[in-house]
Amino acid sequence: MSIDFGTLAVGDVVARRSFTLSRDTLVRYAGASGDFNPIHYRDDVAVSVGLESVLAHGMLTMGFAVQPVFDWIGDPALVDDYQVRFTRPVFVHPEPGAEVEVSAKVGQLDVDAGTARIDLTVTAAGQTVLGKAQVRVRSAAAAAA
Amino acid sequence: MNPDLQGRVFDKTPSYLVGREKIREFARAVFSQNPLNFDLEAARAAGYPDLVAPPTFGVVIQERALEQLLAAPDAGIDFSRVVHGDQRFSFSRPIVAGDELSATLTVASVKQLGGHSMVTSESVIVDATGAHVVTAISTLVVRGDE
Repeated sequence: MSIDFGTLAVGDVVARRSFTLSRDTLVRYAGASGDFNPIHYRDDVAVSVGLESVLAHGMLTMGFAVQPVFDWIGDPALVDDYQVRFTRPVFVHPEPGAEVEVSAKVGQLDVDAGTARIDLTVTAAGQTVLGKAQVRVRSAAAAAA
Repeated sequence: MNPDLQGRVFDKTPSYLVGREKIREFARAVFSQNPLNFDLEAARAAGYPDLVAPPTFGVVIQERALEQLLAAPDAGIDFSRVVHGDQRFSFSRPIVAGDELSATLTVASVKQLGGHSMVTSESVIVDATGAHVVTAISTLVVRGDE
């Protein structure tokens, strides 16, 4: 099913999802991505470089934060561009892990062109962890034109 | 960091064959619930030749290009001080299983900010036919001495 951009308005929240990160999550992402930087799974190394604890890979956060938008838009070919700034670390303690909330809302909309910018608000422990997290999408009608 | 890096173009990385199980593994790791990442029939029904990779999968290819930059003997980048500053993907099409991808990295800019250095690279990722798939733009921050 495709989204009719004519039904959208700037400020609309189009998707929300929360994610629970544990140490297992970080090990799984390290393996899947090939990023084996030890600050993502060894407390001694994390502490030695001045961090509070092991932290999530920025690319892990970037990777899951966009999932709700993909599920909403339907066809991945309708996503033209995705960018984020890594502004704050997501620390993942052995217990209780970390809870990350993602909210995706329409930041900019051009109904005639069939394009929109979806802005992601991504928070952990009450603070935003990504800045300028933006996804540029097209409507199925615009893509077919 | 060596400011002369700006504008340097690195060799095209060796071809990376995107595997179906690698896509499933990566998709699970980023909490995907999208059937296009897991279910071959769903992907084909949606018009794709094979499983579709999650949007940030290009990082796996970018990593191979960034390794060249970090390893360049004259770059002067201390890997233990590197932090990921920002990341962007500009897509021509989604990555699918069976793609053979290579990246060509260009150093777009080298800047000094306070005691830190920032290097922005642009990795243009193409398929086996040379057609553009995605450009991955990444800024690494190299922290200066505290």
